[in-house]
Amino acid sequence: MRGREDEWTGLMRSAMAGDDAAYHRLLRGVTPVLRAAARRGLARAGQPPDQAEDIVQEILLAVHLKGHTWDSEAPFAPWLFAIARNKLIDALRRRGRRVFVNIDDFAETLPGEMPQETASAGEVTAQLNTLPQRQRDVLQSIAVDSASIKDTATKFSMSEGAVRVALHRGLSALTAKLRDH
Amino acid sequence: MDTDQLIRMLAADNTHRAPRVGALLTMGLLVAAPLSILIFATFLGVRPDVMSAMHNPFFDMKFAVTLSLAIPAIIISLHLSRPEALMRGWGWLLLLPVGLLAVAIGSEAMMAPAMPMTMRLVGKNSRWCMSAIPAMSMPLLAGALFGLRHGAPSRPALAGALAGLLSAGLAATLYASHCTDDSPLFVATWYTIATAIVTAIGAAVGSRVLRY
Repeated sequence: MRGREDEWTGLMRSAMAGDDAAYHRLLRGVTPVLRAAARRGLARAGQPPDQAEDIVQEILLAVHLKGHTWDSEAPFAPWLFAIARNKLIDALRRRGRRVFVNIDDFAETLPGEMPQETASAGEVTAQLNTLPQRQRDVLQSIAVDSASIKDTATKFSMSEGAVRVALHRGLSALTAKLRDH
Repeated sequence: MDTDQLIRMLAADNTHRAPRVGALLTMGLLVAAPLSILIFATFLGVRPDVMSAMHNPFFDMKFAVTLSLAIPAIIISLHLSRPEALMRGWGWLLLLPVGLLAVAIGSEAMMAPAMPMTMRLVGKNSRWCMSAIPAMSMPLLAGALFGLRHGAPSRPALAGALAGLLSAGLAATLYASHCTDDSPLFVATWYTIATAIVTAIGAAVGSRVLRY
């Protein structure tokens, strides 16, 4: 556990310094842990586990948009688990369940119980379709077509700066819609 | 959309660098301050005998009390903007104004009373105090909430209450220069009621707008 969490802290520091690959690895690395904890939380609230991926995606969006509240001198895991716990509680509350979510649910996930496969979720897709056309195009190009910022700019005859702005605004709008829907 | 696709989007947005919460809180308060000062200048103004009042330690004490509320509240609200932050170990800072007031009330009680206690307590401005401090707080509260929205507090209502405390503390600092009631008993009663009103509003609004 310890080694894994130290690795996350290192990756997040590199990500903050502009290393996109480190950031990608970090997000992929934390996802199975979040997924296992979300499934456990749903199970405890008597909810089907198939909604876990929606919760995982909401946590990842919050982690991304609130990254600046992480203190780079502090370990990454407690910060991550605090966000994950809040988002899980919110999600369960929206489904009408009040449950106590223990922070240890996240910290004590063992490698054996972590489903590695990527899974699809409906809520992000549904909210994506309510975004303005331009933002939706940019988000889909990068996510679904795996296009780079540069390729996306060429495809829609936009500047790279405009693509970056549309991407960030789109992600912020998506997060707000998921929170308030 | 599957999670790997989402992660690809997030990684592509890694170049975005957000400012710190403290920077946005400062900005929010700086934009709001002129509005609060405008309310102050239009309806209240500095008391005419301010030069002689400054020799009265109980006049000066009012500023020590209000600033010892506002500054710790700013510090704690920034601390709470981190998701893993706990109130534990920080709450005692909010006892500073309470302690100062207790000392001031004690020292006033030991002096020969200039006025009967009920007059010191009720003062001449209690109604003004209770409406002016909340009124001047509102722009500051809006500015504080704007800044703190950038954070990720785990307890939005608590963070909102702190925004209320800091804006009430700042507004009360302005108000203290207007009010001719310098008795710590007056401050402990009416400033506290005014602060409680603003804090309750901050908590109610914060529980909605500070969710992330």
